[in-house]
Amino acid sequence: MNPEYRLYHPKWYRRRIPIFWWLKKLAYLKFVLRELTSLAVVYAVVLLLLQLVALSRGEAAYARFLDLLGRPGFLAIHTLVLLGLVFHTVTWLNLAPRALVLRLRGKKVPDRFILAGHYLGWLAVTLLIVWGLVGR
Amino acid sequence: MAASNQDQANETISLEVFRYRPEEEDEPSWQSYEVPFRPDWVVLDALNYVKDEIDGTLSYRWSCRMGVCGSCGMMINGEPKLTCAAFLRDYYPKPIRIEPLTYFPVIRDLVINMDGFLDKLDSVQAWLIPKEEKPVSEGEYLQSPAELAKFKKFSMCINCMLCYSACPVVGHIPGFLGPAAIALAQRYNYDSRDGGADERAETLFSHEGIWECTFVGDCSHVCPKDVDPAGAIQRYKVKATTEWYKSLLLPRGRR
Repeated sequence: MNPEYRLYHPKWYRRRIPIFWWLKKLAYLKFVLRELTSLAVVYAVVLLLLQLVALSRGEAAYARFLDLLGRPGFLAIHTLVLLGLVFHTVTWLNLAPRALVLRLRGKKVPDRFILAGHYLGWLAVTLLIVWGLVGR
Repeated sequence: MAASNQDQANETISLEVFRYRPEEEDEPSWQSYEVPFRPDWVVLDALNYVKDEIDGTLSYRWSCRMGVCGSCGMMINGEPKLTCAAFLRDYYPKPIRIEPLTYFPVIRDLVINMDGFLDKLDSVQAWLIPKEEKPVSEGEYLQSPAELAKFKKFSMCINCMLCYSACPVVGHIPGFLGPAAIALAQRYNYDSRDGGADERAETLFSHEGIWECTFVGDCSHVCPKDVDPAGAIQRYKVKATTEWYKSLLLPRGRR
């Protein structure tokens, strides 16, 4: 049926959605933060690329870049970026069992195993990087 | 019945009810009703009390009073709920604000127009499309308990539309198929007797299908039947993505 059919309902009332709808409910706010913190991910990636560029320009340029990053302003911003990254990662990984449903011998693999797999993977990658930086 | 209710009720609770009478007013208004507070009453009982004893002009939908029919969904203090499952005692002594389900056009008072939802449900073909038709003489389509378990959760949907009122995407993009319609499509996609997944894919992959979902996840939170429509949609996204990669990488015969 045509949704615009209004012969017997000449005056349906439609409510407007307020701009700040996402402040009305904690679940919405959490969702918006989860999506917005993806900007922190973008920032971290761009920063890494800039670091590579600096590295390619030689030792002096790289030292200047590291010096810049060590300033209090950058440290403050990067603390916030780190918090954003952790929030984004944790909220994202926690959603994984909803999208990934595995079956072993006809039975659904429990959510906690899927979660554990993701977090262990994260830990493994982190350890690998830490080992690469300081271990050798 | 009503008289004995009044005798028992020493305390009252107030309902702030959304009123909209299109033949009398252009804008909706709020009306307060004082009803007896009884710990075993749900919001629907209180509305029925209003209708019977205070104001017969109040309009709302209800039927089974026991969380099966899916008719009595409304916004209670801004949260979509079945009024037959929302106890007054959980809100007492504060007043309870009752509104029609949000994001739907309001016909009158607490009654919304659900045509849009019914059209969406229709468009995903939420019914069994058998893999092969067989005559009745060949008997029933058999199914094992393990096969049943794959879709049973999604089959619990009672079309109460609470998930639509919890979904900000539905609010911003009225054409979005929405949680229940996609979960019900998945209910049949996961059914071992069904062969209609390709037909449904057309609608589900369309511009206003699964990809509009941003996984706010509140649809699953408000669902009175634990259907987890958000999960159903994400699983369909995963499937669609793997199918796309398969079609890109694998030779035609192995897809």
